[in-house]
Amino acid sequence: MTNIPRKSIINPACSDRLFRIAAAGSAFLVLALLAGLLLQLGIGSAPAWREFGFGFLIGTGWDPVANVYGALPAIVGTLLTTAIALILAIPPAFVTALWLVDAPPGIGEILSQALDLLAAIPSVIYGMWGLFVLVPVMQNYVQPFLSETLKLGKIPFFGEYGNGFGYLTASLILALMILPYMSAVMRNVFRMTPSMLRESAFGIGCTRWETAKDIVMRYGIRGLLGGIFIGLGRALGETMAVLFVIGNVMELPDNLYASGTTIAATLANNFAEANGIMRAVLFALGLILLLLSLGVQVLAQYYLAMTGAARGEK
Amino acid sequence: MTAIAPEKRRGLFRRKLVDRTVGLLSILALSIAVAGMVWILWVVLARGASVISLSFFTEPSKPYGAPDGGIANALLGTIEITVGAILIGVPPALLGGIYLAEFGKGTKLGNAIRFSANVMMGMPSVVVGLFIYAILVIPMHGPSGFAGSAALAVLMFPVVLRTTEDMLLMVPDALRESALALGCSRARTAVRIICRSARSGLVTGIMLAIARVAGETAPLLFTAMWSDAWPKHYFSEPTANLPVLVTEYATNSPFEEQHAAGWGAALVVTLLVLLLNISTRIIFKERHNGR
Amino acid sequence: MDVEEKIKISVRNLDFFYAGGHQALFGNCLEIPANRITAVIGPSGCGKSTHLRVYNRIFELYRGQSATGEVRIDGENILAPEVDVLELRRKVGMIFQKPTPFPMSVFDNVAYPMRLHFKLSKSEIADRVENALRGASLWEEVKDKLKKSGLALSGGQQQRLCIARAIAAEPEILLMDEPTSAVDPVATLKIEDLVLQLRERFTVVIVTHNMQQASRISDYTAFFYKGEIIEFDKTEKIFTNPSCKKTEEYITGRFG
Repeated sequence: MTNIPRKSIINPACSDRLFRIAAAGSAFLVLALLAGLLLQLGIGSAPAWREFGFGFLIGTGWDPVANVYGALPAIVGTLLTTAIALILAIPPAFVTALWLVDAPPGIGEILSQALDLLAAIPSVIYGMWGLFVLVPVMQNYVQPFLSETLKLGKIPFFGEYGNGFGYLTASLILALMILPYMSAVMRNVFRMTPSMLRESAFGIGCTRWETAKDIVMRYGIRGLLGGIFIGLGRALGETMAVLFVIGNVMELPDNLYASGTTIAATLANNFAEANGIMRAVLFALGLILLLLSLGVQVLAQYYLAMTGAARGEK
Repeated sequence: MTAIAPEKRRGLFRRKLVDRTVGLLSILALSIAVAGMVWILWVVLARGASVISLSFFTEPSKPYGAPDGGIANALLGTIEITVGAILIGVPPALLGGIYLAEFGKGTKLGNAIRFSANVMMGMPSVVVGLFIYAILVIPMHGPSGFAGSAALAVLMFPVVLRTTEDMLLMVPDALRESALALGCSRARTAVRIICRSARSGLVTGIMLAIARVAGETAPLLFTAMWSDAWPKHYFSEPTANLPVLVTEYATNSPFEEQHAAGWGAALVVTLLVLLLNISTRIIFKERHNGR
Repeated sequence: MDVEEKIKISVRNLDFFYAGGHQALFGNCLEIPANRITAVIGPSGCGKSTHLRVYNRIFELYRGQSATGEVRIDGENILAPEVDVLELRRKVGMIFQKPTPFPMSVFDNVAYPMRLHFKLSKSEIADRVENALRGASLWEEVKDKLKKSGLALSGGQQQRLCIARAIAAEPEILLMDEPTSAVDPVATLKIEDLVLQLRERFTVVIVTHNMQQASRISDYTAFFYKGEIIEFDKTEKIFTNPSCKKTEEYITGRFG
């Protein structure tokens, strides 16, 4: 056999091996980064846990000068804004997804794209709009309308006088931000319903809504839950939009119009200038947020993966 | 069995009314959402456009509301930080995506990594900022544009990883097999042939990741922070950037000129992000229609 | 057809168009007798299923599909816009090629159409569910599995569950679109026996690819070819002495 000179000096089998290792290592970085996140936040927050113990989680005071720190207002604020945002956003996400899936091709496509564009707008832009446009509107029109005209101000915890900032405004912006994400996931779930199943439902005499409510929703419930958890995850971690409109007061909420804070907003507000024990405290808050987010994301991916598996089997 | 008596019938009118009402509510919800989007974009355009001028892009920012401030330094800084993030984050993400698609398909490790990447995509960006602060800013004794790039790179990484994997998986196996049958090594096949075939998809994925991080503010608050100076010392000094400028001017400034400048910067960021987003959609559509 | 046969469905000049204008049915004329089993046979893509799906207007689910002409059920033209489609679909039940149990328990599957169209007490529903399952020859097999998911049954059982569901709301007509094509041979025979029994209470129209099945169970057969009805007659006659050459060619396997 004639000796065909090799093109490169590196043995191809060797370079193949090296490439594989490099590629595998890069992929492995994902796990390393996640572990690193947990580790660093754990280390950074250790002084705070040592100093304050788990009472930190239920403490409500916040006075850096007196070395008093409590995470509860931030945690409650995060949970409250997230909960209200979900309540406000899930029904519209559901019905818009339903409508878009069956919509006439031209309009449906355009509106889908428009809705998805909402998701592309950066958080800080939502914040600007929220601060300079929505807050005055809330203060001058919406809040008085809700409290006085609709008499909702009589309900305990709702709030009577607002300055436009606060939990309600923040939740509204959050709802607008998470709506496109949930709607997109739900649209995919609805598209995956086998057409024969839908025809069976129609064949029995169901209306469109009855088909969606009783059959399509049940069939795709895992995917729908996955979508909801995705929205939840985003709302939990949203920083800038909330920061601009929530008022940044480290206090527990006593009504929806009150100013308050969330974990993410507290971090954004204070971390840059913090040092010493306050920095450790903020790391601790970050760790709490990280753990919450991780839990939600894992659940979301778990549910979405189950729909993938169901799809494969069917 | 006796037939069901007619008076036991459920009202058809009511059922249809519910159906119609839900349909109307859907359209209403959709209209509100789209109207909200248009409102936001309109406000940004209206308030930002009035500030835009040539000097806006050529003058650096000036402190304390001094006149003739612009965003030149922040624009430059954003470009530096973003380019840095791409350089740091995209190559390993591409490699990792190749691994998942070509070598790790169906393996337990591959599935675990994919799952983790999906989880990572949902992590709050502020937490990533804290992370980079701990591992870069503290050891480097201060903020830097580089730390900002690192934070954005961490955010971009799982996105590019997953889109790379998805795009590569769309390449038909027949192509892989013919390359291997010719004696090409796995690595060569992956890089020279598969990647080339999925080229536009890979670029789309990268552009999408850039669009996602271009407007990110929270991580930059702790890493690149803010400065009025020109971004000359990328590795050792805080680097001006657009998102933090917007934040500073909107929340920490009493000066009207700075509020206005903030809107101008917001407009620039928004246009950038929207442009990237829309072009990825167009490219993606062309790919699919071209097939 | 015998003179004394009562006609349940009367089709006159039925044309059908898919989105984009493509015509699939050309001037179909047909008279389906009541309480008989009518088989619809023909090669793939000849319009059998399309024709069937006009009877309950299920094609309206898809944009751009339309039907013109007359389809009278008990004298009333069901293609007219004033017709209440929901009520039409209660009266005309449909079974599909693949079993399509709803994602709920066996009991709820059968109870669903009843709950949808009627207000009945719990005990009445339970009685009628049992009745429907007996009517579908499924009661003995599932009576202690009523709470289990409908998807947990075997393929043949699932299809019989769909039949039980279809008859639960007391329809008058049953449309079956190749109901045994996704089911194993043993279950197929069970379902065929069931269809023969159902003939007493309902008018059955069954589209089938399987000529042996058509000759086994049907009273009348319609032969479709390229969107047209070539021949319609008693099943015996179609399979032993067809009038049209095309029919004969199909029956003897020359094509299709």
